[in-house]
Amino acid sequence: MLELKKVTKVFGDTIAVNNVSLSFAPGQMVGIIGRSGAGKSTLLRLINRLAGVSEGRISFGDTDVGALEGKALRAWRARCAMIFQQFNLVNRLDVLTNVMIGRIGTAATLPVMLKRFPVEDRANAAMALDRLDLLSQALQRADTLSGGQQQRVAIARALMQKPSLILADEPIASLDPRNARLVMDALRTINRQDKITVITNLHTLDAARAYCDRIVGMAQGRVVFDGTPSQLTSSVIQEIYGDDTETAVDENLTSTMAGTSPAGRQMEVAH
Amino acid sequence: MSTLTPTNGLLSSTTREERLLSFEGRYRQQQFTRRNWTLFYGALFLAALIGSIAVSDFSIPGLIKGLPMAWNYIAGTLPKLTLENLWGDLAEWYWGLRFWLRLLVETILMGFVGTVLGGVLALALCFPASRNLVENTVIYFAARRTLEFCRTVPELVFALIFVFAFGLGPFAGVLAIAVHTAGSLGKLFAEVNENVDPRPIEGVRASGGNWPMIMRLGVVPQALPNYASYLLLRLEINVRGASALGLVGAGGIGEDLYVAIRQFEYTDISAIMLLLILTTSVIDIICETIRHRLIGHDLAASA
Repeated sequence: MLELKKVTKVFGDTIAVNNVSLSFAPGQMVGIIGRSGAGKSTLLRLINRLAGVSEGRISFGDTDVGALEGKALRAWRARCAMIFQQFNLVNRLDVLTNVMIGRIGTAATLPVMLKRFPVEDRANAAMALDRLDLLSQALQRADTLSGGQQQRVAIARALMQKPSLILADEPIASLDPRNARLVMDALRTINRQDKITVITNLHTLDAARAYCDRIVGMAQGRVVFDGTPSQLTSSVIQEIYGDDTETAVDENLTSTMAGTSPAGRQMEVAH
Repeated sequence: MSTLTPTNGLLSSTTREERLLSFEGRYRQQQFTRRNWTLFYGALFLAALIGSIAVSDFSIPGLIKGLPMAWNYIAGTLPKLTLENLWGDLAEWYWGLRFWLRLLVETILMGFVGTVLGGVLALALCFPASRNLVENTVIYFAARRTLEFCRTVPELVFALIFVFAFGLGPFAGVLAIAVHTAGSLGKLFAEVNENVDPRPIEGVRASGGNWPMIMRLGVVPQALPNYASYLLLRLEINVRGASALGLVGAGGIGEDLYVAIRQFEYTDISAIMLLLILTTSVIDIICETIRHRLIGHDLAASA
């Protein structure tokens, strides 16, 4: 169970995340929605400790995430895998090595310096890539892949971390509709089959509605909505996205997904 | 209201003319400040140039008067080559060819070993000297100043010190080159590091990597082609530099060149100089070819 208690993050004189309290039950798929600058990304980075909280407490079970240091911090980062909008792969390394980077949180330094990974890591990486239908591209350089493929490599890297939760920061914002669907399907399948909690920032309502059990709405650093997709009414949407003068938000205009179906296209599992 | 976009509070009280007028005003203001800054920096540059000329005694008449004398010296070192006995004259000119070639190889190897040693040092120091890779400003400051010290002291001065410490010979020269190379390459490497894409770094960090792992997997793969390019450039410079180190007894062909100059062995001077020019050109061409291959290969791969 991941718990955020009165978490606040301040950059200079802007409050990015303002007094947020949330708890995430294991196995949930949660979508966080809100306008740009609502504090969604910062919230995920606080959980992963890419940024530190200004006030409040983040805990996972008995672990106080904010107090972690050194090895324990690295192990925590490995446990909550992060997926980024721009994929954040190492372009000049091949796909396989990029996936094996998922193991470095618990690996010794010297072998990593020589890019040596155990045989079983390679086997696991191949399995993860096969699961995402990318094994044939395993030896190509990461930058030769399309955006959608790169994001799935990033998901394979996340799987290699054997995470308890996956944090996805706008995973489909740079993708075309078809690839966006493939990536969301993959995340959904991992969430269902591996019972991994997925917390994902989304800038489109339809993706959140189609894939998430629970939706959290943020505006100006605060949580303004927390409930199921069906509770997300137009007045709530207005509160999340609208400002004082703007007219009603057209949900269709925010759509980036092609032919979304909640069941999605299930990816094949190779176990 | 004739605007296409929905107005959002701020602009709704102004008309289009007012907005365009205000834009025009801001544009003019910006152009005005830009031109003034350009003029200011231009004046600054000119003042510095004039000051430098005054201090360094640079004068065109002096240059015109002195140039023929420089040429006389060079012409004086050239041997008399006759068509009838060309082979014999050449043999006489290059009487010490075998000896010089050995010294030349020694010079090239000094440059090579010095570059490799210095490159290793530079690689070790460039990460703590990159602003974007270290949070601790003390470490950054210390690394930067170390590199600065290594490159601001000239090779010849280091060579003098090392000759004193380790005795005459190429060892002192290699060390001198290595230290200077560490300083200048380290700075260039650090600048390459500061220009890498931060996103892969964040990706590696988010996977749980420690600092050395982030450098190895997030930074080095991106920076490697540039490292190689700068290393080769430095090799060219160091082979040239190694030939001068003989002046202070730190090995290489410079020792013999110095002897020739001191003993007025004019034709020897030109013979050695010509060998040096040829060698450095050949190394230049080879390094340049490799560098272009590296860059070209990279372009082809990323296309």
